[in-house]
Amino acid sequence: MLKTGAEIVVEVLVEEGVDVVFGYPGGTVINIYDALLQNKDRVRHILTAHEQGASHAADGYARATGKTGVVIATSGPGATNIVTGIATAYMDSIPMVAITGNVTTDAIGRDSFQEVYITGVTVPITKHNFLVKKIEDLADTLREAFRIAQSGRPGPVLVDIPKDITVESYEFENKEPVKIQRHVPVKQEDVKHLAELINKSVRPVIYFGGGVISSGASEQLSTLMNTCSIPGCHTLMASGVLSYGDRLNLGMVGMHGHVSSAKAINESDLLIAVGTRFSDRVATNKEKFAPNAIKVQIDIDNAEIDKNVRTNFSIVGDVKDVLEKLMQYVTPSDRKQWLETIDKWREEIDYHPVDDQNSIKPFKLVEAISEMSGEDAIIVTDVGQHQMWTAQYCKRTKPRSFLTSGGLGTMGFSYGASMGAKIAFPDRRVVHITGDGGFHMNMNELCTSVTYGLPIITVIMNNNVLGMVRQWQELFFEKRYAYTTLDRKTDFVKLAEAFGAKGYRANTIAEFKEAFEKALQNDCPSVIECIIDRDEKVLPMIPPGGSFDDMIVD
Amino acid sequence: MKKHILSLVVQNNFGVLARISSLFARRGYNIDSISASPTNEPKITKITVVVEADDELIEKVFKQVSKLEEVEQVTQIDERETVCKELALLKVGAEDTAVSAEISGVVLAYDGKILEIQQDAITVELTDIPSNVDAFVKALSKFKILEMCRTGVTAL
Repeated sequence: MLKTGAEIVVEVLVEEGVDVVFGYPGGTVINIYDALLQNKDRVRHILTAHEQGASHAADGYARATGKTGVVIATSGPGATNIVTGIATAYMDSIPMVAITGNVTTDAIGRDSFQEVYITGVTVPITKHNFLVKKIEDLADTLREAFRIAQSGRPGPVLVDIPKDITVESYEFENKEPVKIQRHVPVKQEDVKHLAELINKSVRPVIYFGGGVISSGASEQLSTLMNTCSIPGCHTLMASGVLSYGDRLNLGMVGMHGHVSSAKAINESDLLIAVGTRFSDRVATNKEKFAPNAIKVQIDIDNAEIDKNVRTNFSIVGDVKDVLEKLMQYVTPSDRKQWLETIDKWREEIDYHPVDDQNSIKPFKLVEAISEMSGEDAIIVTDVGQHQMWTAQYCKRTKPRSFLTSGGLGTMGFSYGASMGAKIAFPDRRVVHITGDGGFHMNMNELCTSVTYGLPIITVIMNNNVLGMVRQWQELFFEKRYAYTTLDRKTDFVKLAEAFGAKGYRANTIAEFKEAFEKALQNDCPSVIECIIDRDEKVLPMIPPGGSFDDMIVD
Repeated sequence: MKKHILSLVVQNNFGVLARISSLFARRGYNIDSISASPTNEPKITKITVVVEADDELIEKVFKQVSKLEEVEQVTQIDERETVCKELALLKVGAEDTAVSAEISGVVLAYDGKILEIQQDAITVELTDIPSNVDAFVKALSKFKILEMCRTGVTAL
């Protein structure tokens, strides 16, 4: 059937099972928007305040569902505004398709109005990108973009479509979406060898990351750990993969991870890295990371093997598949002594924050949020101290229920991401935890959540400083607080009200709980400002470049 | 650090060379030389990259390049086992006949060509495996090299 390029865009979105896109209209995507309007019953469009918010919303949608998030932006500034969102998705391996308009093909290269070479700009932050030069290629290019975004290690793909191509017509035929191949052939002898290493190990530790979530392998991981009594610690990205409170769950590892999990890695004789990349926030010192262990890495991306830390053995494959195959070769074991030793460390060396009745302690606040919003809630954070406190104390029990910008550490990520999560799961509670710094970067999106009636609860930990940088300044710059003290007079309650949301302020935990209770009943967005002491630190902490021995606990 | 030659079979798409060189820049790998050319297959371009790297680094480069969507095949080449050539052009100062004769001797020894003889300079060419080109340039550097360029390696 003859269809315009704009219609073809919508048809392929429908083909790929996309029911919602996030975006912002503009001159070069005006035809795509016209087609979206004609098809509004098939594809829902969410209009954000800013393209960056749309890109984070597409990302948050993808993180919460595992499906590919879609963002649409116009050429030039529209396209550059989604760059941060694309880079954020790229660093955390989130499947996303970004569709940008561009000036007409004959205007490309002439510095035309709102022209940017966005495929050039996004080369290093996409898995791949395309400039569609002929309408004949449009449908298959979009299909290819969806395939690339989801296959192997997921990631963002950008498709740049000049305006004239959206206007032209071409014969369109529906195609079945290609089945995404995550499966990578794995050698049986490699799996056997890994099983032997596990069976021989006295003090094994599993260190797992976001790859377990991408692969949907939480159950398989848990089975292996429970069968062989292998304790496991997770990266920031893998919060929620294992249930909080599980004895084998050592909690987070890394710069702000548990002392006991760092100790377990330090003392382990076998470290199995599963779907993770030894980032500098975990292997803070590459040479001293797991110094006594045989290091094994399982990852779907061959380029991750030995990229940051040299391993002794590795398997390139889908984590789920490898863990499943491992089960037939491993011997059940109780590893009583090793687990008891770790239990002892948890009691003796772990950092335990102390409560204070006069102020809101971050750990108490996060615990209260976690308890009051329930296990099913999706918690979304921005970047900074509140992000680490949330990761440490939010007690997630399910994968895809803790959304955060891990690799890129994008301040301003969270409100958009919260909207994406809420659109994906209207019946689940979405709690957005942020700082006063981060919230100032994306609070414009309050208008979006009000417009669409998304009852997201925002909790601002307001310490009136850029706390994480301040913490570094305190520890490493002799308390020279260069430009991290925010002398802002923003009234968050009034701000929320001005946008059409509800606002609350809390100085104590009791006040917070009262406000949160009200917010839970609201059918509009809520903002709760919580006053936090500016000298609160995220502890424990391994200084950058340091190792387990350098851990700061007070 | 050793020089490694990578031969890439890539899809002949708009911007493919930029994409590959961007990867090298982004990851901090040094390109010694890069050459790209069409092949007998219209949809395929052959790119030959020379990288200075130790064994660990070249493994990383290899894996990262292999990951690019448009890269169909990556092969690490040994210049002595593959048909692999580089062309160098040098203009060497020759103020008198004695120097000219000496330069000609070097060119002859390396099986190079004399392209042009001017009053005070000789322009020479050598097409050979990269290490021989290196040696040739080294041999000529005891004279005054006025200009030099190399094409980068190409390999079948």
